[in-house]
Amino acid sequence: MNTLILRTVAPLITALMLLFSVFVLLRGHNEPGGGFIGGLIAASALAIFGVAYGPGAVQRAIRFHPMAIAGAGLFLSTISGFASIFAGVPFMSGLWIYPNVFGVELPLSTVMSFDIGVYLVVVGAITAIALSLETEPDDEDETEGGR
Amino acid sequence: METLFVILIGLFFAAAIYLMLSKFTIRILLGIVLLGNGVNLLLFTAGRLTRQIPPIIPAGSDTLSIAAANPLPQALILTAIVISFSFFAFLLVLAYRAFEELGTDSTDEMRLAEPRDEPLPPTGY
Amino acid sequence: MAAPTSTPVDLSTAMILAPPALGDWLVILPVALMIATGGLLMMIRKSVRLHAVIGLSALALLIVLDAALLWRVWQNGPITMTMGRWLPPFGISFTADIFGASMALASAIVALLASIFALKDISTTGLRHGFVAFLMLMMAGVSGAFLTGDIFNLYVWFEVLLISSFGLLILGSEPRQIEGALKYAILNLIATTLFLISVGYLYAIFGTLNMADIARKEAAIREGAPLVTLTALFVLAFGMKAAAFPVNFWLPASYHTPRITVSALFGGLLTKVGIYALIKVTVMLFPVEREAISLAIAVSAVLTMILGALGALAQNDLRRMIGYVVIVGIGNMLAGVAVGTPVAVGGAILYALHSIVAMTALYLMAGEVFRLSGSWQLSTLGGLWARSPWFAGVSFALMLAASGLPPLSGLWPKVVLLKASLDIGAWWLATAILVSAFIVTIALARVFLLAYWRPAITDDPMTGDPMASAGAVAAADWRTAAPLCLLTALVLFFGLFPEPLLQASQMAADGLADPRAYIRSVFPEAATP
Repeated sequence: MNTLILRTVAPLITALMLLFSVFVLLRGHNEPGGGFIGGLIAASALAIFGVAYGPGAVQRAIRFHPMAIAGAGLFLSTISGFASIFAGVPFMSGLWIYPNVFGVELPLSTVMSFDIGVYLVVVGAITAIALSLETEPDDEDETEGGR
Repeated sequence: METLFVILIGLFFAAAIYLMLSKFTIRILLGIVLLGNGVNLLLFTAGRLTRQIPPIIPAGSDTLSIAAANPLPQALILTAIVISFSFFAFLLVLAYRAFEELGTDSTDEMRLAEPRDEPLPPTGY
Repeated sequence: MAAPTSTPVDLSTAMILAPPALGDWLVILPVALMIATGGLLMMIRKSVRLHAVIGLSALALLIVLDAALLWRVWQNGPITMTMGRWLPPFGISFTADIFGASMALASAIVALLASIFALKDISTTGLRHGFVAFLMLMMAGVSGAFLTGDIFNLYVWFEVLLISSFGLLILGSEPRQIEGALKYAILNLIATTLFLISVGYLYAIFGTLNMADIARKEAAIREGAPLVTLTALFVLAFGMKAAAFPVNFWLPASYHTPRITVSALFGGLLTKVGIYALIKVTVMLFPVEREAISLAIAVSAVLTMILGALGALAQNDLRRMIGYVVIVGIGNMLAGVAVGTPVAVGGAILYALHSIVAMTALYLMAGEVFRLSGSWQLSTLGGLWARSPWFAGVSFALMLAASGLPPLSGLWPKVVLLKASLDIGAWWLATAILVSAFIVTIALARVFLLAYWRPAITDDPMTGDPMASAGAVAAADWRTAAPLCLLTALVLFFGLFPEPLLQASQMAADGLADPRAYIRSVFPEAATP
């Protein structure tokens, strides 16, 4: 898919969708949205970029291998669950802190870091699958597929 | 309302099973997708169907009103959707790779791991 | 984002306010440890050399955790932790009883030993494709399935172990692996979807998914609810996962395609998770309904055993033959479920524990056979006795264990199952157990005869180098020898001293037949209805 129109617009759409995915991720705590949906939006952004410029370009753009991103998300989510061992509450209990950043009270929680972990898992796993579907059979070794 | 949903679920299952009886992998996969969606509807129906009040706690209150919809099936369905979606994506890659490597999408022709002419073990030496 | 200053709410009606005992963390730690390690290994996927170190130490830690868990459950009865402070049945509970904890411990031991074997068997490419990470995630799924106390959560763990098993199955991306993986993936996905359908019906009937909650409500709901149909659906779903006849054909179609370590892990662990879920649901949750369909389960058990044994007899490929031996074991465990008395269920649990160790060992033995002689085919194997006497001895012991002959651990579960089925007068079930064991003995004895005693076959005796092909004693590699010897020592030890295992399995079965302690662990305030 090497049309000029797509190639021109793809970076713009990708950037916009990535930004929107972060918005959906952070909004998800109290309103519709969340890590899974945000991750899907980000993964489709990367997929569009991949359609326009090929999987290799996506791989270079995100620097880390998609599965490594997914692994980081998995790790972050588990660690978020573990934080409650120090607070004396069962696994995966939501813990909150309210640091004051530039005069604004910013509620941060293990729930949020768990959701960011979910976001990363979804981005990584779906991107890996999408890239391996976009890979043409002849440039197989460029990305090793979703496994 | 429930009757309507039950009939719909039945139709989903029937179509899914029909597709899964095919010997071509892509049809089997479509059957699996339909089956997954039928199951989601089933879970949805299992949690009682109401159409009045969404399960959101109103401001100034601590609990849901009694007539509110049941939020749990939605959580279950979301989980099931996530899982069936990722499985479908994976199976799609797998089926595509199988088509590339084996040159066929008919399960009858996939005899590499189970060759037709595998000999019986020797009966003596 | 509720600020902490809003109106005070009485949290005790919805939340657990007492801090959990530190020991209760043992329920969740095995799963969390495996997921975290899996994530970590996926992050550092390039540093292949670290993978083995991290993976082995995590598995060793898993054994320690599972052993501590079993010890604690043994001392204090079932223990529970409910996620996120929500009161059960609204929060997801992890509840460990002796059954779950002992199965988790057995699978952790097997996983560690198999991954030592993998040091030799899995190449660097395999490691780079994430063998260890997938193994960790699969163990997370296995441990989660054994320890969870929530039936929807059980479904989720089934899916976790399923998707990581796909990753393991296609490790080399050879065409035949992809073919096996496709068949395995589609049929197992249908099985878990059937499980999900059953869970949907269960929720419609009970309005709860917590197993302890279901167990205590079951007697009151029994009249007027289609519970027999529901139980039959569960049996079908779990039977498919466990490879029970007539839904077991995915197993011999796929288990011989991956690397042998992966086959060993699958053969040892995955089908047993299906059996575990089957026993838990039918014996603990729906005992009366299980009785109603026990004849159907028994017929399936007999056919699984006999046809599995005949299948083993007909295979030329060593790995496919072992696949059928796994199926015979499943038939035995199903027989225990069909009889359903506490003694019989104890026998089934004992068989599951034995089978986890013995089947993994049998597959690893096949791997060593291939390493020594370069073939899986019975028609070309030969001369292994001469090449490696110690390995021949170990193999002989493992074959005795798999066919259920003394003095190895395969004997005892069969004895218990025979006694239990004769107690209720099911002589035909007992006959099937004996006949299938006899046929398996023949099949395995033939392997020993052909692969070990028969002189090595050289195509051309003039040019074939006798030292290389026949005479030379093969060098042992500790990475393959140690796991095999340890697994054999394990089956030998529990064959000679079966009392602890017999006691554990009987306690586990009693805990399932009378789940009051289990329910009390989840709902401390409520006695039985």
